[in-house]
Amino acid sequence: MKELIAKAAGLLESNTVQVVIGYGQGSADRSRAIFITQPSDCEQLIFDSRCIQNLAVYLTKAEIKKMGKPAIVASIPVLRSIVQLAAENQLTNDSLVVLGVSPESQLVEFESLAAIESYLESHKIEIDEKYRKIIEDIKAKPVAERFAYWVKELEPCFKCYACRAACPLCYCTRCTVENNQPQWISVGSHPLGNLEWHIMRAMHLAGRCTDCEACYTACPMSIPIHLLTKSMLQDVNENFGSYGSSISKPNSLSSFNPDDKESFIR
Amino acid sequence: MQTENYLIRKASFEKLFNNLIGNGKTIYAPKAQEKRILFEKVQSFGELAEDYIVATNSAKSVVFPRTEKVFSYKKTKESTEIIDAANDTFPEVILWGSRPCDAAAFIPLTDTFNGDYPDVIYNKRQAKVYVLSFSCRKCDSYCFCTSVNGGPGNTAGSDILFTKLSTGDYLAEVVTEKGKQLVSDNSSLFETKPEESKDQNLAQVETYFNQEEIQAKLQNLFENPIWDEKSRACLGCGSCAFVCPVCSCFDLQDEAHGSKGKRLRCWDSCGFGLFTLHTSGHNPRETQGARWRQRILHKFLYMPNKSKTAGCVGCGRCSRSCPANINILDTVTSL
Repeated sequence: MKELIAKAAGLLESNTVQVVIGYGQGSADRSRAIFITQPSDCEQLIFDSRCIQNLAVYLTKAEIKKMGKPAIVASIPVLRSIVQLAAENQLTNDSLVVLGVSPESQLVEFESLAAIESYLESHKIEIDEKYRKIIEDIKAKPVAERFAYWVKELEPCFKCYACRAACPLCYCTRCTVENNQPQWISVGSHPLGNLEWHIMRAMHLAGRCTDCEACYTACPMSIPIHLLTKSMLQDVNENFGSYGSSISKPNSLSSFNPDDKESFIR
Repeated sequence: MQTENYLIRKASFEKLFNNLIGNGKTIYAPKAQEKRILFEKVQSFGELAEDYIVATNSAKSVVFPRTEKVFSYKKTKESTEIIDAANDTFPEVILWGSRPCDAAAFIPLTDTFNGDYPDVIYNKRQAKVYVLSFSCRKCDSYCFCTSVNGGPGNTAGSDILFTKLSTGDYLAEVVTEKGKQLVSDNSSLFETKPEESKDQNLAQVETYFNQEEIQAKLQNLFENPIWDEKSRACLGCGSCAFVCPVCSCFDLQDEAHGSKGKRLRCWDSCGFGLFTLHTSGHNPRETQGARWRQRILHKFLYMPNKSKTAGCVGCGRCSRSCPANINILDTVTSL
């Protein structure tokens, strides 16, 4: 922790970065994202088991971008999001300094975004056995039952879009749900509108989601929407190769390869 | 009317519940689920949550559903028929297990829906809702009802308020004619009022600020760096507004299917960037800071200026639900 604080303060002092995005003490014993601009304030940085919000979400927010070049405290899920953002040309080596935090809570520094990708080779995404089982059970249900399951699970959704807002990869300045001419997705939070929204959200993350669970953690109704993205991760893994983002390799679902095994696209 | 006090035995609640269901009333109550407690329609007494401070969501949907039909229409070659939802008949609803803050929220909510004109649909729904609240015996660090003229045993907004006494039985304070009607329909369950007062059976909710003082302070705080500072971590979702029992903003949406369709009013939130976006592309509340300022000013300055009641009942739901841990109490006390 001392190392992280010293490093962050040094970056601000030398004006290498203008803001440090990290975790600080929030209210009710929770952590809160903090945005430090003064070296002396780096003492406020904390890192413990409460620090689970994916801070990468702030890298594309207009209000935060205005503060200048950031350094960001990045645990494994945040690092994964950073690589995916880089793969989507949202970040370059010059746009930020990454203060990595290893699973052992040690500061890890990176020379480049590509170095983060290499580091993550030894921290691959793995879907928990617990979730594999849940997903398997849902998939084993007959179609009508599976449909009823999702209608029921999504029922409490009132479309606050916290799932979208908390996701580092939902950075569009205008979302499809906000398009009203024509309106693609029903705005109302009724069964159809909720299904449409959650299917679309999941599909837009196909091949991009890095399994950070920020969507689920953010959901005030605790709807298990992460099951959708986890299941999709498994599908992408089975059909397009291994889990994990890559800056140099093309995105799984938005690239075309003449040697693809499917013939429908030719 | 003058409040009437009775005693109700713990064991009588199930009977009361069953009588109400038997009379064809729909009951909404906090229901315990795996990771949450939600106000939902309940069918049996066993479904009721027992141990909760407040439900995650608010009870406002019984009078202001998250998505509600305003009218539907059918077009033919000759004419268009409009079917106005204001002519609909709405069900009798019992709100069971609301807290004094939940009940108090109906006062500003009803004010809002009767501001420039009376909202017929809202008022028809509200006329059929019976609010049966339970006093709070515990609170947490998000609660601040006593700072906004509320309290853990306040009766405002409830039809009947139940308070658990040291004996395990309950004091029933019957506050309105609606409450009186329920008591007379179930008179065998209500006994002579207990000796014990409710005061020593309530949660100790700390008072952090004074609503009138905050109102005065906010008069001159429109331009202040605090709004950007306090909202920097804000993700711009609508979670705070949607769990809030007082927030009442909505968006009208048309859903057409060929020659027929309907107009819906759907909850909306001032936290969304799109909320004030003009067609021109200009947005008068361009930053999350400006949106957070609006939220605070609306609740603690504009609403009390207009109708004497603050737009916040101190339930703390917005802070509990915020994915970025933005805390309304923290903002207000640091002004």
